[in-house]
Amino acid sequence: MSAHDRNVMPLRATEYVAICNICHGGSSDPGVRLLAWLAMATTTERLTQVLQGSQVQLLADWIKALRATAKSRASAAIGDPELQAQCQEFIALMSAAVGSGNLDDIEAEPWRPVKDFLAGVSRSRGRQGFSPSETATFVMSFKEPVFLILRRTFEGLPDGQVLADVWEASRLLDKLALFTTEVHQSAREEVIRRQGEEMLELSTPVIQLWDGVLALPLIGTLDSARTQIVMESLLQQIVATRSPIAILDITGVPTVDTLTAQHLLKTVAATRLMGAECIISGIRPQIAQTIVHLGVSLGDIITKASLADAFRLALGKLNQTITTASAKG
Amino acid sequence: MTPAIADPARPVIRVDIVENEDVVAVRQRAREQALRAGFSLLETTKLVTAASELARNTLEHGGGGYAELEVCTDGIRRGVRMRFVDEGPGIPDVEQALRDGYTTGKGLGLGLGGSRRLVSEFDIQTVPGRGTRITAIRWK
Amino acid sequence: MDRIPILRMGRTLLVTVQVDMHDQLAVRLLDDLTTMITRTRTRGVVIDISALDMVDSFIGRMIADIAATSRILDAETVVVGMQPAVAITLVELGMALPGVRTALDVERGMELLDDSRHR
Repeated sequence: MSAHDRNVMPLRATEYVAICNICHGGSSDPGVRLLAWLAMATTTERLTQVLQGSQVQLLADWIKALRATAKSRASAAIGDPELQAQCQEFIALMSAAVGSGNLDDIEAEPWRPVKDFLAGVSRSRGRQGFSPSETATFVMSFKEPVFLILRRTFEGLPDGQVLADVWEASRLLDKLALFTTEVHQSAREEVIRRQGEEMLELSTPVIQLWDGVLALPLIGTLDSARTQIVMESLLQQIVATRSPIAILDITGVPTVDTLTAQHLLKTVAATRLMGAECIISGIRPQIAQTIVHLGVSLGDIITKASLADAFRLALGKLNQTITTASAKG
Repeated sequence: MTPAIADPARPVIRVDIVENEDVVAVRQRAREQALRAGFSLLETTKLVTAASELARNTLEHGGGGYAELEVCTDGIRRGVRMRFVDEGPGIPDVEQALRDGYTTGKGLGLGLGGSRRLVSEFDIQTVPGRGTRITAIRWK
Repeated sequence: MDRIPILRMGRTLLVTVQVDMHDQLAVRLLDDLTTMITRTRTRGVVIDISALDMVDSFIGRMIADIAATSRILDAETVVVGMQPAVAITLVELGMALPGVRTALDVERGMELLDDSRHR
């Protein structure tokens, strides 16, 4: 058996004696022997002992501290049972992870469950309106109950030892708190990105010009993301309206780069595969030059100078013409 | 390749690729995983198509093998990771194989270059004479 | 042995693909179509893939082969109903299937065949 057998606390009496005889020349005081064992143990073992041995106390102290510091309205939104459940799970996951022995690298496998849990908490709190700091505080406020119990349990150990433990625990919890902030950030960015997409869809409407003719007036610079959304939207509308012809009007597009040109070509190709046809209208002289300069080949794609020309062509393909009504006297 | 963590609540699905119908099975399992990962219709189609290409490659070029499909996460995004393993002849020139139009024997192309375009991350490990292991991840 | 059914409507053959095709099934379709085109002196083939939610490079190539083969046998092929996600993915794969005529649905596919016959 080894002194690092942390799941067996307290040690059996014979084991105490064995170790203590080795290092303390046989003191008879069980308290001293215990301390002797603990002094030889590592920070990991002491922290594990705190996390596993004092869960009830830790939970109570932590929740008290959280309620005391909570200021925002959002905090009031978390009911006691929910908060208790979150704290309890965090403590359980932490003690398992700390027990792995690695307090430094939270990217390592043993820390995955803790991170997954914190990621979930972070996201749900973000949705509930908590700020990133508030969620980080949730983690960092765990320090106080841990330190209290560390000190109480290991009273009698040299100060230097306790300080070292406190420092390790603090570093660890700081890393985890920073992690929650990162998750918060990226969750927010995800929302912004999605809202941006929805706005893009609204700002690039597909218009039904005529029975069987759709028009997509593109305005502004076309970046990769926007073009892809526009492409999907157009194709869906082609199916929904059963329109064989789609006019892509790029009068309002100031510049076109290689990537955009490729996206446009892909849109045209996909449209054709579906059984419809694209006409590109409104190519300004500069864009025409850019296309040639970039070496992009438009192949069989029909292009017209204006939307009106494209519309007239579309009608022709559908065997329809617009005639002037004769005046009646 | 981004370290991707498997989701313990969603198991790894393994499909043995031994005959033609198994390629269809791989497509169906890939579709299921895409659904679990919350993919959109287009994302799902791209994933399933890539899975089909790679499964066929495992069968035709690799002489058979298996696929492992799982929902994964990098801590922030969700995705689907696919592994295709065979103990076939391996791919002697990976660069050339990834170039479109590369054909071997049956004249049908390896479909590798195409499937690479359909996923976010792509990795080939191959030893001529020993086999090939292809890992592809598509993030949502 | 499973095969995809081919429906005969006058001088036109109609194929509706409704299953997730494995490679052998696609090859069998090519064989069956080739046989029927010759036997029934067909002028046109309509392949309805509106139920397919995936077309990979092999199936894409089969479709192209069906179009090319039928043309040699003096019949036109039209592929109809490709889904948007499938179309986008095929283009991404690098397959634009230039030799394959397409239409939005079976009705328009038939019209297309009629038009080309009367040229």
